[in-house]
Amino acid sequence: MSSIPSQPREPGKASLFYDPKIRGYVYQIVLLAVVGFLIWSAASNAIENLRAQKIASGFGFWHNAAGFDVNQKLIPFSASGGSTYGQAFFVGLLNTLLVAAIGIVLATIIGFTVGVARLSNNWIVAKLAMVYVEVIRNIPLLLQLFFWYNAVLKPLPDARNSIALPGSIYLNNRGIILPSPNFGPAFEAVVVAFIVGIAAAIAFFIWSRRHQMQTGKQYHNGWIALALILGLPLLVFFITGRPLTFDYPQQGRFNLTGGMQIYPEFVALLIGLSTYTGGFIAEVVRAGILAVSKGQSEAANALGLRSGPTLKLVVIPQAMRVIIPPLTSQYLNLVKNSSLAVAIGYPDLVQVFMGTVLNQTGQAVEMVSITMAVYLTISLVTSFFMNIYNKRMALVER
Amino acid sequence: MTDATLENAPYAFVRKETLPQEAPPLSVAGPAAWIRAHLFSSPLNAILTLLCLYLVVDSVPGLIRFYFLDAVWTGTNRDACLADKVGRPVGACWAYVGDRLQYFIYGSYPVADRWRVDIVFAMFALGIVWLLWNKAPLKKLGFFFFFVILPLSAFILLLGGDRAEGLLRFLILFNFALAVLFLVLSFAPSLAKFWIGEGQLAVEEAMPPWQRFYRPKRLILISLVVFGLLALLADKVGLPRVDTGLWGGMMVTFLVSAVGIVFSLPLGVLLALGRRSRLPAIQLLSVIFIEFVRGVPLITVLFMANTMLPLFVPQEWSPDRLLRPLIGVALFAAAYMAEVVRGGLQAIPKGQYEGAMSLGLGYWQMMRLIILPQALRIVIPGIVNTFIGLFKDTTLVTIVGIFDFLRTIEATLVDPTWATPTTRTTGYAFAAIFYFLCCWGMSRYSVAVEKRLAAGQKR
Repeated sequence: MSSIPSQPREPGKASLFYDPKIRGYVYQIVLLAVVGFLIWSAASNAIENLRAQKIASGFGFWHNAAGFDVNQKLIPFSASGGSTYGQAFFVGLLNTLLVAAIGIVLATIIGFTVGVARLSNNWIVAKLAMVYVEVIRNIPLLLQLFFWYNAVLKPLPDARNSIALPGSIYLNNRGIILPSPNFGPAFEAVVVAFIVGIAAAIAFFIWSRRHQMQTGKQYHNGWIALALILGLPLLVFFITGRPLTFDYPQQGRFNLTGGMQIYPEFVALLIGLSTYTGGFIAEVVRAGILAVSKGQSEAANALGLRSGPTLKLVVIPQAMRVIIPPLTSQYLNLVKNSSLAVAIGYPDLVQVFMGTVLNQTGQAVEMVSITMAVYLTISLVTSFFMNIYNKRMALVER
Repeated sequence: MTDATLENAPYAFVRKETLPQEAPPLSVAGPAAWIRAHLFSSPLNAILTLLCLYLVVDSVPGLIRFYFLDAVWTGTNRDACLADKVGRPVGACWAYVGDRLQYFIYGSYPVADRWRVDIVFAMFALGIVWLLWNKAPLKKLGFFFFFVILPLSAFILLLGGDRAEGLLRFLILFNFALAVLFLVLSFAPSLAKFWIGEGQLAVEEAMPPWQRFYRPKRLILISLVVFGLLALLADKVGLPRVDTGLWGGMMVTFLVSAVGIVFSLPLGVLLALGRRSRLPAIQLLSVIFIEFVRGVPLITVLFMANTMLPLFVPQEWSPDRLLRPLIGVALFAAAYMAEVVRGGLQAIPKGQYEGAMSLGLGYWQMMRLIILPQALRIVIPGIVNTFIGLFKDTTLVTIVGIFDFLRTIEATLVDPTWATPTTRTTGYAFAAIFYFLCCWGMSRYSVAVEKRLAAGQKR
């Protein structure tokens, strides 16, 4: 093959108009100018409109007294007690976090159960799971919340005719009345024992893993951890003389007295969120399990592993790698969907802050920005940890 | 020894014909075996089966009795659905749904003008079928219809009044000028090559004259003319203005989702391209927008549109109450669409980009002719799934005071005319059926597309 001597051509002198680099700069400058102009005009319009409507701006409202009450609160808050808008923010935030945290736990349980049930070889179990998933996923969450709140919980009998359940639990249209726990002074020791138990269990896991690597000897990790986490606090609980008593609700003539009230708004939101997200998690779990090829479990069987260890050591670790990323985004969806609380009057962040406080102060820009910032922070922090996790879990390839 | 010799063998004890196959033993085939394998394969499974059976037997007959056997189907007010008035246990009150159906569909839209909504519904259905049905002809024209003609016609027809008439007059003029100009240009032989390209011209010259009308671009023009004529007609008839405060029901639900679809798809494509752009400012702005919107709940976006949008524009421009959530929904859906489209862009092999560039195509030509047609095709299931989410999310406009379908149901529930113990359950069931059918239909479609796309990969 003969090579033709190639002479490097002079780089063509295109006109500046066609130079991609210069074009790129021009596009970017134009875009930035347009966006900058939009922001500037929005800001100047906002300032003018706010002045015309005589609405204050800035964050001075934070320490002003809030003239409203909230039924469910995790921190002290009352209009008569002179609570501030700043405290209202934390009341709302804590309520959001509370319903989201419990919702995530319940949704995970529902999701994993239904997801595994859909793959069951039991025909009726699989079909029922399929019906559940299809129905739940194809009906708007808001409608489901209306259903739970207006059609299930509100028509319950009034306080005088409460439905009594075993264990001194009462059900009426004001929610669920439970015995409320009274923690004695020595209860702190139980809490400390619980934390120590968890720490000890983790330490034992690390030690036993290392020991197994060196000697091949295995321990019953699960049972020992259970003993440490549950047994230790129980032991302390009985040694300190059971520092926990319950205040049982009493059925009075017109009303129930005592006990702890769980509001129907909270119950409806919790049921709605966890069943809805559970349906989505079920599909995530199913996809994750199906992603583990059948050869893996067959190979494990061929090595002599029984079905329990096959699941625990071969299938689940591989399925989890597929499941965890979409699972996290479902958790985030649950947190974001908890803002639908505003539709049924559960005092979450959106209802308290974007609803009541915004109506009272009229400072839309501040309220909307603060609320959005909270959700954005939750999302960004979660996806930050997700990225770290994904990097650790990614398949190490040659 | 061969078979032939065996058959001819003179021994009486050699069987000459094959015996028919025996049926498999009952323990491995037939209903009994199926039941054993699928319902009672282990003690745990047996317990689960019985539990599930109990659940079904316990709930299904009751539901059927409530919603069908005991249901009331006709009536004009609450008396038809009250147990003590009827004298029998009363289940679902479908009479209420029948009585209020018009309200559920049109909201408070004036009765005399509801034909306008019907026309838009029909156009919407036509557009959906055109785009989604794989074998439908003239897909390009379908896109033009759905993304340009439909929104404009819907705006003019639904709103009516001065503003719509102004737009209408402008469109008519614009239409006619454009359509006539290009139609003439495209038939003048010397100019035609600018319009349809030289290669196409050769193809076209081989066609009989009447078939030349059947070219996509010309059809667009012809449809423009037809549209212009129709619009002229509508202008002559005159459309009284119907304030958006009167709009409601399924009409608004479909409107919000259609606006979401029509605006989020192009915006999403632009954002996805921006996110993959090499120009840092464009990339940064796209990433900020996408991640910001995806990180906050839709409700906060709707609240923002509702309360902050009027502040951001001069007071005389203050957007309509219905327009605000529409903007919010469109922007929200665009961010999710952008991520779906980005997935498709990333799945296109680098060779396609390089091939396009080596042919000398510019950026937009490359995207329009090579990359996007492939990328969008593989993400159709993702796009449809986003639409399902969008359709369900339209219910949230209820919270900012828009009378969508769900809100009209809630509104009728406080109306004493139909206040019965079962009205609420009936209304919710009706809403659930409506949303379920729409979403489930879309998800079936997405599954079908997925199968069709995977057909090429199967070996």
